[in-house]
Amino acid sequence: MCELSEAETKGGEKVSKEAYAYTPGLKVKRAMTVRKTRRLPIPGEVLVEVDDNVDHDTIVARTQISGDPEIVKAAMLIGLEPEDLPRYMTKKVGDKVAKDEVMTAYNSLFGLIKRRVTSPTDGTIESISSITGQVIVRGFPVPVDVDSYIPGKVVEILPREGAIIETNAAFIQGIFGIGGEVHGEIKIAVGSSDDELTEDRIGPGDKRKVLVGGSLVTLGALKKGAEVGVSCIVVGGVRHNDLTKFMGEAIGVAITGQEEVGLTLIVTEGFGKMRMSQRTFDLLNRYGGYMACVNGATQIRAGVLRPEIIIPHEEAHEAAGEELGGGMTPGTPVRIIRQPYFGAIGRVVSLPVELVKAESESYVRILEVELENGMVATVPRANVEIIEE
Amino acid sequence: MHHLRNRRGLTTLKPNEEMQYILATDVGSTTTKARFFHIMDKEWRFYVAGESPTTVEAPYEDVTLGVRNAVREVEELTGHQILSDDGSHIVIPYDGAVGVDLYCTTSSAGGGLQMMVAGLIKMLTAESANRAALGAGAIVMDTIARDDGRQPYQKIRRIRNLRPDMILLAGGTDGGATAHVVEVAELIKAAEPRPRLGVGYRLPLVYAGNKNLGAEMEKLLSNDFALTLVENIRPVLDVENTEPARRAIHELFMEHVMSHAPGYNKLMKWTEVPIMPTPAGEGMAMQLIASTYKLNVIGVGLGGATTNIYSIVDGRFVRSVSANLGMSYSVTNVMKEAGIPNIMRWLPFKLDEEEIASSLMNKMIRPTTIPQTLEDLIVEHSVAREALRLGLNHHKTIATRLKGIRREKTLSDMFLQAIEDSYIKMMVMDIIAGTGGLLSHAPRRIQSMFILTDAFQPEGVTKMFQDSVFMMPHLGVLSTVYRDAAWNIFDKDCLIRLGTVIAPAGVGTLGERAMSVELEMPDGQRIKEDMNFGEIKLLQLPERQEAKATITPHREFDMGAGPGHKVEKQASGGVAGILLDARGRPLQLPADDAQRSELLAKWFTAIDLYPVDKLKEIV
Repeated sequence: MCELSEAETKGGEKVSKEAYAYTPGLKVKRAMTVRKTRRLPIPGEVLVEVDDNVDHDTIVARTQISGDPEIVKAAMLIGLEPEDLPRYMTKKVGDKVAKDEVMTAYNSLFGLIKRRVTSPTDGTIESISSITGQVIVRGFPVPVDVDSYIPGKVVEILPREGAIIETNAAFIQGIFGIGGEVHGEIKIAVGSSDDELTEDRIGPGDKRKVLVGGSLVTLGALKKGAEVGVSCIVVGGVRHNDLTKFMGEAIGVAITGQEEVGLTLIVTEGFGKMRMSQRTFDLLNRYGGYMACVNGATQIRAGVLRPEIIIPHEEAHEAAGEELGGGMTPGTPVRIIRQPYFGAIGRVVSLPVELVKAESESYVRILEVELENGMVATVPRANVEIIEE
Repeated sequence: MHHLRNRRGLTTLKPNEEMQYILATDVGSTTTKARFFHIMDKEWRFYVAGESPTTVEAPYEDVTLGVRNAVREVEELTGHQILSDDGSHIVIPYDGAVGVDLYCTTSSAGGGLQMMVAGLIKMLTAESANRAALGAGAIVMDTIARDDGRQPYQKIRRIRNLRPDMILLAGGTDGGATAHVVEVAELIKAAEPRPRLGVGYRLPLVYAGNKNLGAEMEKLLSNDFALTLVENIRPVLDVENTEPARRAIHELFMEHVMSHAPGYNKLMKWTEVPIMPTPAGEGMAMQLIASTYKLNVIGVGLGGATTNIYSIVDGRFVRSVSANLGMSYSVTNVMKEAGIPNIMRWLPFKLDEEEIASSLMNKMIRPTTIPQTLEDLIVEHSVAREALRLGLNHHKTIATRLKGIRREKTLSDMFLQAIEDSYIKMMVMDIIAGTGGLLSHAPRRIQSMFILTDAFQPEGVTKMFQDSVFMMPHLGVLSTVYRDAAWNIFDKDCLIRLGTVIAPAGVGTLGERAMSVELEMPDGQRIKEDMNFGEIKLLQLPERQEAKATITPHREFDMGAGPGHKVEKQASGGVAGILLDARGRPLQLPADDAQRSELLAKWFTAIDLYPVDKLKEIV
């Protein structure tokens, strides 16, 4: 970003009026319009219309994915040359065939030698090759549905692909998650945003709940949650080692959402013990007992996707800030996201333009932040994120 | 000469010697980087850089917005107008006031070029297909072969789940195998792979196998795939001919893949030079180094998500990409693959394993943060060593001699199926060149030189290079149309000569003599250094200066002429200097934590790797 043009002089020092070179903060909104695009993987039929009211499990679109193919080495099995195979086929391309039904029959020596090849599956004959001697049997199509994920109203149809659903809701983004889309009633399982969510705080009554922890979820709590059928755990932090043990393997690349580990986990702050941001905790607390739609899917690279908690309700919107733009100015609340002040929260004091030499000797653009304890810290601009209010 | 469009979009001609301004961009997965070049005193030089976030994803979904923003920054910094008044295109050619004479770009936005390759035999045609796709700048998602150890249903399931941008199918020598090659094609067809971007268009498939099967492949595949037939990648067993496949991949990348990514249709109209995948551009730049110096080169692009390694040995170019080894998005995968103890072995201080793991996980989820403390920087440098080491190991599995070559001995020797060693031997590598954020942003140049040295362990006498401002892909794509300009900018403004590493191969006893080095400096001064095993030393010699080095290794050590044999070579100076490295090859670190920490701290201090006072505090 070219910040020189935005700079002004203050007390003899150049300072930026506004800075953009920061990590965009995660959304924590009490009320906003949430839109979700629900799309089939391949074209199909859309089952809803604009203005339809849908529940989170309403099927909005349906298609059929062609079945798995089975390759049968028919010529080899029957002892024929590939080019002779077509003559001995009892089924043609396009014919339906049942599992164990004869597809190829070879008789010789007046019927004394009979060889048969049967179909390994129910399906259709897709090809008969006189070069390879292979027959391909295509299994029957498999239906694929897409549900609406959030309750609300259909606002747009994507012909043959799906629909866009809109709802009024609280919207909270986490920083990292595992597991896919689930639903459940919100239950606060700890006393404060600083508490740890331990095994003993989870019981059979938490089945299908979205449990909210504080600063840390222990390995025991994760296991217990999965065991009793908790839908989702939302928490400030988790230890790397615990997550690895829970999942059975270490996270390599941050593309998640497909894990099948018994529950969805949403981490709001980061790895290690990290107090959940008070604003996030308060918001979840406010909607305790509400139904939440959550998704742990995270993708950091190419089109950042963060895990989300959507809590549909009918309360009025907040006076919304600009969603896309909006830079950092003195007074902007920020969170520091790297050592040595990792997790500290404060407000921007100033944004000097000049590059400053950090302890690591890198020359970086910095900002000054007044932390909650009154101390003023100097940190690289890249190491803070805006707390969206 | 190039066909170029003027301000009104008309094609004009401007000879190379009349050009004055060149603009090149790289549309990266997160940042679009513009580099502006200009003739100054009859020499092509880098002028200024502009950067802006890439706009391939929602809500923008148009890469030209990011390109425009990056170019606007160039305009602001130079006062030179490049975009048309309405910002709708780049003005070409320069008309004396506005515009540039040439615009070219590389791209890796939206995941780059992702390919699936297939061949008949894993070690033969499938391996050649893999090399061809990698050389073209692709990420290879999977390599299918008849003998890859998977059952047909497993391969089908895998292909169905992949959503490649393109498929390269090889198999059989010309006049060789037929039915088995068709079998592989039938398997791919049956799996019905779907393209990653866009729906309702046919997936491009390049067939580069037995040429006698062309008609059969047309019949089998042309209804379901956008089929291109090219010359066989292995016309005979002892020849690998990847060039036709590589060219076809680049053309299809433009025609099919790029045209389905948001905004690329527009961007393609802005430039007449084909858009090239970023790693292909970077590879071109590495080849430019090798062809200019006429030396063997190993190059590395250590990125946030991936590590690309390029080797040019005796003219043969090979690229490997480790898609999940990187310093930001993929940093935790480095931790996973290398193991935390391997990262910790490079630290001269003690840290808790969980602390390192959590801090790297936090880096992965917030990839744009930068190390503020020295401790944090040293941890990142340790991870970089491991990413580079793993990347080089991977490269060695790709850069192998052709297998299956007919030998003259006996019939049973006709097929050499044993896994052959890679021909990448550090003793024959003359140049190591590094690029990527961590290396470029290292606060001291010696840091990047030392990281590359620890990771690659150069042997003999090796020149060390790195780029100044990230512009290797830009210069690579530029070199395809205007080599002289590209090299001049490369030489003057891009390549930083770090210096030379002098390191004998072999292992000795700590404290005993490993080599004696005599340097005749440009001013005639003679410097003699006796190096004991385990020692390192850094001597100053500025960039573009050469010293004559006479190196006598001790009898257990080898400088390339055999154990104990003296060698004489030129040692090039650089911003870091000449590193005398008598730590031995392979480099072994003490198993004992305290001993290792002490030794590392000694090395770090000997070459002034980090600020000494601060280092003392944390060690």
